[in-house]
Amino acid sequence: MARLLRRPFFWIIAAAILAFALAPHGKDVELREGLLLAAVYIILASNLNIMLGYAGYVNFGSIVFFGLGGYFCIWFMGALHWGLVPAALAGGVAVSVAALFFGLGILRLRGIHFALATIGVNEAVQAFVTNFEPWGGSTGIYLSTELFQPLGGPAQALWTIYYVLVAIMGLSLYLSYFVKNSKFGMGLLAIGQNEDAAAVLGVPAPRYKALAYSASAFLPAIAGGLYFFKGAFIQPADAFDLQLSTEAIVITMLGGSGTIFGPALGAYVYEELRGWLLTSQTFANFQLVVAGVLLLLIVQFAPGGLMGLFYRRLPRLKRILE
Amino acid sequence: MLDGVLVGAVYGLAAMGITLIWGVMDVVNLTHGAMIVAGMFGVFLLVGATGMPAYGALAPVLVAGFFAGIALYWIAIHRMIGQPPLMSLLATFSVNLVLIGLGTAVWGTVLFNVQVSLPGLSLGRYTFPGTHIMAAVLTAVIAGALYLFLYRTRAGKAVRAVAGNREAAELVGIPTTRILALSCGLGVALACVSGALIATLFPFTVLSGDAYQLKSFVVTVLGGMGNPTGALIAGIALGLLEGLATPFMPVSWTLVIEFVLFVVVLIAFPGGLLSVRLRRRAR
Amino acid sequence: MSALLEVQGIGKRFGGLQAVDALSFSVSEGEILGMIGPNGAGKSTVFNLINGVFRPERGKVVFRGEDVTAAPPYRVARRGLARTHQIVQPFANMSVFENCIVGACFGRDNLPLSRAREAAREAASLVGLGERLDAPAVQLTIAGKKRLELARALAAQPTLLMLDEVLAGLNPTEVAGMIEILRAIRGRGVAILMIEHLMQAIMSLSDRIVVLNSGRKLTEGAPAAVARDPAVIEAYLGDPGLVQRNAR
Repeated sequence: MARLLRRPFFWIIAAAILAFALAPHGKDVELREGLLLAAVYIILASNLNIMLGYAGYVNFGSIVFFGLGGYFCIWFMGALHWGLVPAALAGGVAVSVAALFFGLGILRLRGIHFALATIGVNEAVQAFVTNFEPWGGSTGIYLSTELFQPLGGPAQALWTIYYVLVAIMGLSLYLSYFVKNSKFGMGLLAIGQNEDAAAVLGVPAPRYKALAYSASAFLPAIAGGLYFFKGAFIQPADAFDLQLSTEAIVITMLGGSGTIFGPALGAYVYEELRGWLLTSQTFANFQLVVAGVLLLLIVQFAPGGLMGLFYRRLPRLKRILE
Repeated sequence: MLDGVLVGAVYGLAAMGITLIWGVMDVVNLTHGAMIVAGMFGVFLLVGATGMPAYGALAPVLVAGFFAGIALYWIAIHRMIGQPPLMSLLATFSVNLVLIGLGTAVWGTVLFNVQVSLPGLSLGRYTFPGTHIMAAVLTAVIAGALYLFLYRTRAGKAVRAVAGNREAAELVGIPTTRILALSCGLGVALACVSGALIATLFPFTVLSGDAYQLKSFVVTVLGGMGNPTGALIAGIALGLLEGLATPFMPVSWTLVIEFVLFVVVLIAFPGGLLSVRLRRRAR
Repeated sequence: MSALLEVQGIGKRFGGLQAVDALSFSVSEGEILGMIGPNGAGKSTVFNLINGVFRPERGKVVFRGEDVTAAPPYRVARRGLARTHQIVQPFANMSVFENCIVGACFGRDNLPLSRAREAAREAASLVGLGERLDAPAVQLTIAGKKRLELARALAAQPTLLMLDEVLAGLNPTEVAGMIEILRAIRGRGVAILMIEHLMQAIMSLSDRIVVLNSGRKLTEGAPAAVARDPAVIEAYLGDPGLVQRNAR
């Protein structure tokens, strides 16, 4: 524990959490909403990084964890009358378990096939939920605002949810670090470098990949629960919108896959870029175009992302920042 | 119901586009769906602008698709050859984002249609719409042309050589980069022309590409990666399956079933259901 | 001595080619068994059949008393079998140290990360890479990469080490160095099964030799006997009388 406290990354993440929490001063709602979206991006991207950056497996449909987590949470609260915390946590657990189950199946597939399968997983779940009446089918579920009462009313609840999401963002970054510096993480990185050689060395690839897939589902699922509870409404089209997971991929690659701070940095740069572009109405439709161009440039010219570029110039930074 | 076979032929054609690029350069073309949509809009725009019959637009679409494929190769794929498959995947994916983004910006998500009227054919209980027959016939023609190219021309032989072993092909003097670009051009041309044919069969939106891309992948996997014959046969099989199953379930489920099929076949039969395979030598 | 590895009648076909045919041999604890044969004899395929990369269509592979015929590679590795490749497969973007740590973590003893670092350092020193722990694997020369491959396999604390042409591409000084390292490895009680084309090296290192030709075992025995065997000479040179005629 003491050794942990001496590592710079620990304090950098703690500082980031504090910065996010304190910036809106408990009153600036617009700033809070902007930061909340950024936090969501960081949560999605850094968890995605566990599969993408470490093991080298692209999960195009990672949004499915977010959306399913949202559905579970809202359903637990609305139909079973659970509190927010148990509902969100249970959602996280349920989705991770499902992911483990699914993962053991689709992670027998190598790189490309797996990536295609993940899109399919998202589409399949979306189609299923759209036809699933107990979860509102295609119209979705509305939550009554009464449910905000235990949290002190709607306005107060939104602040609480914000702080919790910021905490989850911090947890995601810490999780990223712990995985990377564990034996499990070494195995994942080896798989990402050369899966066959890793297997020959004894890395239990199928099991590790499934575990990584499941682990990368947990926090996004909880975040999804909180996010959709905040809006008191969930429907399939929003919950399983591939655009978010696509942006998470771009963010991770932009910032630097395989690094801890890459996703956070990428989220920041992407948000700035987006904000700047969205000021003009014509560009509003071009969000995905921008993302696509960015991704193409990164993949071809700077596959290590921004962090990769920094590390090349200042190799010593690697030891500090991970 | 049985005319699913005809529609399936077009699926097979589309899948040939994927399998060609995959077999020759080990790249999964994630712009495939967007290129199918491009073919659809190509026909729509040409017919709208010049009033020519829909089937006349096929040739220009094919040619335009070919050049688009070559452009795609140089923009996104060339630098990714030999790199981990993840990179080329993301590269083609990013181009797809750009294309779909531009498409939705220009045309939104509105439904479009290309009007074609052809007399149908009735055999006993089954009716085959004229458009479906025409599409299947044209597919056969195009597929036949592809075979002639691959097996009766020097360039085609070069393509097969590069598909078998790129380094060896380079060593015997084949200009591999040019062949790779050529193959990419062919693959995209196939995607575009199959999109054009689909446009004569069904209405479409800018986002329709996703569904057809998934179908193409299912067919490719069923038929075996890198195997054009397999793709055609598997496409017909899929079309038949669809035709038989769609009366019994809501449309949104067809994609789910196809996805499940895709995953199951990938896990259980990595070489495709058909045993005829383009032999890929291990490096 | 009990047989550490027993290969019983394994066979593997690739399309029209019977790559390995009814092959049986065994490796005892602590011995160095050399495997030689002309190109295309199926030697690397035999390795792949033993460590689970391919599954034999016929026959059995028994390692340390356990039937590993159908086991996936990582399970065989866990039992204590390590292997290097003919074409080196380093984890390019990791350092020498990290490469070895992977080997140490997932090998026979299933070490936790802290102990794995120790084992990794030791393995790297044994092959002479102790000073270059932080070098990115991609920056090493071929000889360096071969040493890394060896260190990585050693870090896993194997009971049997399978080496696929570990001397190929090395200059005479490097070969001599590697031979010393292999002797040191055997000195620690690790059995070695090695494929080699460098005749002098493999003849001097091995306790026994098994000769493969066209997927079948041609003969096996002490190095000197094998070198004189006319059938072996014929397999390599085509004309058994050549040696005698040239000796005159």
